[in-house]
Amino acid sequence: MQSPSSDARPWILLSPALLTILLLMVIPMGIMLIVSFYIYVDVGVDEPAFQFGNWQEFFGDPYYHYAIWQTLRVATITAVVCALIGYVPAYFIATTSYAHKWLLMLLLILPFWVSFIIRTLSWIHVLGSQGIINALLMGIGLLEEPLPMLYNEGSVIMGMIHFLLPYMVLNIYVSLEGIDPNLVPAARTLGATAWQAFLKVTLPLSLPGLAAGTLLCFVLAAGVYVTPLILGGPDDFLFGNVIFDTLMSELNWPMGATLSCAMLAMLGVVVVIYNRFMGLNQVYRSLG
Amino acid sequence: MTGWRLIKLFTVLVYLFMFAPIMIVVVLSFNASMFGGFPIEGVSLRWFVELYENEAIVRAFRTSMILGTLTAVISTTLGILGSLAIVRYQFPGKVWVNTALVAPVLVPETVLAVGLLLFMRWLEQPRSFMVLLMGHVLVSLPYVVLVVQARLVGIRRVYEDAARTLGASAIQTFFRITLPLLMPAVFAGLLFAFTISFDNITATMFWRPPGIETVPTQIFGMLRNSISPEINALGTVMIVITVGLPLAAGALARYFARNPT
Repeated sequence: MQSPSSDARPWILLSPALLTILLLMVIPMGIMLIVSFYIYVDVGVDEPAFQFGNWQEFFGDPYYHYAIWQTLRVATITAVVCALIGYVPAYFIATTSYAHKWLLMLLLILPFWVSFIIRTLSWIHVLGSQGIINALLMGIGLLEEPLPMLYNEGSVIMGMIHFLLPYMVLNIYVSLEGIDPNLVPAARTLGATAWQAFLKVTLPLSLPGLAAGTLLCFVLAAGVYVTPLILGGPDDFLFGNVIFDTLMSELNWPMGATLSCAMLAMLGVVVVIYNRFMGLNQVYRSLG
Repeated sequence: MTGWRLIKLFTVLVYLFMFAPIMIVVVLSFNASMFGGFPIEGVSLRWFVELYENEAIVRAFRTSMILGTLTAVISTTLGILGSLAIVRYQFPGKVWVNTALVAPVLVPETVLAVGLLLFMRWLEQPRSFMVLLMGHVLVSLPYVVLVVQARLVGIRRVYEDAARTLGASAIQTFFRITLPLLMPAVFAGLLFAFTISFDNITATMFWRPPGIETVPTQIFGMLRNSISPEINALGTVMIVITVGLPLAAGALARYFARNPT
């Protein structure tokens, strides 16, 4: 056996992938930080500099505060609702003795393969003025005019829950599967009711999965900007929309870079805090 | 037990919540009506025909297919090589390397998109198909690494050692033992990367050069007017591709595993 440190083979195998990450992610992040100090001159034109004007604008302008507040709120609601409704099916799949459990698992993974934009726009058919709910209610004569259920914050959150719920269920399921099946019967033998056994044994042991799912849903929801464009009204923009507009419509590159750095920092803090308490392996495990 | 009944009922409702809206898109794509929504006025395949005759959509479709295929090949090659190193070798800094490979998952796609765009601007490169392709490789690589690693762990060194002991050369061993054992991981990686690329819109809207549309950005552009029946038909086609393809591949794999030729 060779000594492990002198062996170059793993590094040769790794170099293409690591170079890709370095060139396409790490260096670009560095440049993003540098550009955030540049001065915006005109549409698409900026001047290299080292000044904090963009950052001052970011911290001072209520427009950005509103976007951040909106994003944190929507992402939190989405993650919490996903956790609440995602736990039950995960628990069912993990504990059922149903012979076709694989089918339930397959159905759980299936939404990942259905295009995000199709899943998002499908809610227009559910909530829209020509959607199924309005069509049914008007068909049986309960409504004269279609109910306006689309193009508000509710429909944006609905679309995001629909998109993120499978991540949550999968995360919780993975940690429920890992629980020793003898623990609950043991608790029951010792006199706990089914509910007590759940609260004292199953729930605490599944917390890592629940936390990983919530983190993932929160981070993914906070980065979204396409959902509000499709399902939201004019006031339902998120931080991602502000970045997209700043960069792609206003061509204000320094401010776009500043906002992206801010977003990365904010979500980075969340991830680091999570990693400190839970470790990221849980998230990785369920993604694989 | 009523508690269990409730859990079961709730589970059914959650599955309904996940699939009913998608089913509605599929059903509406066969609607003969001029409008994209309800009511249903008859069954027709005309929107699929119109889809096929719509040049912009066919072009977007071709772009997405080429982009997805190239992304899948590049991303899977990089992912398999990297995963082999991690699963097969012990080396210092392994944990860090693994974290680095999966890191793009934790960075919001919007930020990845802005970063790459700024980098290209700094290099004075215009947005091009190449940039889009590189971006898609970056976005799909961590998923490929995760999926492939999970499947590689099962392939043990002893099989190769056995082949070598029985007199096979290193090259023979690779092609007759290692590669066939790797195939499931390769296919999983390819399918995953293709689906991610084919589906991506968040970063693609930043990276795509003017005039180039992928299927999702094309749908997004069409949505700006109103939801047309063509969009429903296109949605159905996309579902058939991204769901039907992996399902068929999985079923085939199972069939061949059971009936080796």
